[in-house]
Amino acid sequence: MSIVIENISKSYGKVSALDTISMDIDQGELYGLIGPDGAGKTTLFRILTTLLLPDKGMATVAGYDIIKDFKAIRKQVGYMPGRFSLYQDLTVEENLHFFATIFGTTITENYDLIKDIYVQIEPFKNRRAGKLSGGMKQKLALSCALIHKPKVLFLDEPTTGVDPVSRKEFWEMLKRLQEKGITILVSTPYMDEAALCDRIALIQDGKILEIDTPGSIVKHYPKPIYNIGANNTYRLIEKLNTYEHKHSVFPFGEYIHYTDRRDDFNPKALKNYLETEGLEDIHIEKTKATIEDTFMELAKQ
Amino acid sequence: MMEDTVIQVEGLTKVFGDFTAVNNISFHVNKGEIFGFLGANGAGKTTAMKMLIGISAPSSGLAHVAGFDVYTQTESIKKTIGYMSQKFALYDDLTVRENIRFFGGIYGLTKTRISQKSNQLIEELGLEKVAKSLVGSLPLGWKQKIAFSVAMLHDPKIVFLDEPTGGVDPITRRQFWEMIYKAANNGTTIFVTTHYMDEAEYCDRVSIMVDGRIEALDTPKNLKHHYRSESMNDVFLKLARS
Repeated sequence: MSIVIENISKSYGKVSALDTISMDIDQGELYGLIGPDGAGKTTLFRILTTLLLPDKGMATVAGYDIIKDFKAIRKQVGYMPGRFSLYQDLTVEENLHFFATIFGTTITENYDLIKDIYVQIEPFKNRRAGKLSGGMKQKLALSCALIHKPKVLFLDEPTTGVDPVSRKEFWEMLKRLQEKGITILVSTPYMDEAALCDRIALIQDGKILEIDTPGSIVKHYPKPIYNIGANNTYRLIEKLNTYEHKHSVFPFGEYIHYTDRRDDFNPKALKNYLETEGLEDIHIEKTKATIEDTFMELAKQ
Repeated sequence: MMEDTVIQVEGLTKVFGDFTAVNNISFHVNKGEIFGFLGANGAGKTTAMKMLIGISAPSSGLAHVAGFDVYTQTESIKKTIGYMSQKFALYDDLTVRENIRFFGGIYGLTKTRISQKSNQLIEELGLEKVAKSLVGSLPLGWKQKIAFSVAMLHDPKIVFLDEPTGGVDPITRRQFWEMIYKAANNGTTIFVTTHYMDEAEYCDRVSIMVDGRIEALDTPKNLKHHYRSESMNDVFLKLARS
């Protein structure tokens, strides 16, 4: 077991940031913390990287206790905080050199590990970090977090505000790091990224909603889901929301995801209702639940 | 210019030194349309938007926003549009009511109108209990919904939204889009950037910028058909990666 978390709680004054959180993360696992802003993800990262003490509970990282063995943990983990926290007025190369030196190593000693990522920013190695684009900052931050060959990598929202192309490339890099045996705990507000993890914990308001593989989580969705489309999406949402038997109505890309309260739901009756409300080109078709559907269903309760 | 065209752009260009951030873009946006303005980080979206809202002069090209010229009538543009971004929307150390009063004042609303609008907005968003709380103490999703309503205070013809939903939870994100649909249905034009590709599907038309140019512009349906893709995410990856 690479990370063990048992009943961790943390409050800031009256606000409970984490409420009795427990989870186990295996050696070499790519584990996702999935939840919106304010869910408690950053607090958990700060506790596991020994930057913050929990109010209650215990945790170990790479076999070391987060309170007793904090110095050992700091040598074993890499941490990429959500806010860019490299030195803006040092160059790309100076930043990397700085982090290598702090951990008593050199860039050449562990170059193999960062090579894939670093070559992409190496042409700009004499540029100050503050002058890099968002995607390049992210790659430099990851290189700095990896330069001492950590056993466990903590990545706090590495892809927030990043465009879909850079996000895809970032996840491809994570998969390659995982193949090298590094345990990765990564948080994200993007539900589509959850599908790329081995296991995920859905988290909201400091509580865990569910932990499982992405495949199992969507199988647990309790109701049949229907894709609904019509000629006027705004009126469609309005009319579905006022339909007496509706359970949930959520826009999902091109269609609306609809679930019904009844077990014997008949799509034809719904179609008739929408037609009498003046909608046209009505399209109703069964579809599969996504992680986002599951998250919203659990968050509603 | 067509009667229902509210944004008209012809060959708009912005050059910084030897770098062309926005390269000869042309498009128009219709009244009441939800127009998605997409592109990778660094593609030139923010630079283009800054020219349209009248805070950055173009290097060349033409643009009219709500009938006003982006070179000579920037003050009229600013009065006619609403703007909100993820990075800055409201003052954290003012209360909800104070923020509304502040922005109402900036837009030149009368005291009576501000007070009317405040009550209406607080009731519509169900904020009675937190109207006197500092905005900084509210969840991000609430802040974004309030910020959108504040950007609509002066009944603007066009609202510019720069990544309005980043990091917001999925339920609130959808409530936010319902507010956008409602505004568009009432005739307000929405110009929005986002990195959530499912949100691109909610737009009437979408443009995709790559390296300063507009590489594609159409309805999500036609774009998916044209690029033989299942989703807008695939369309985006095909365009921006090639």
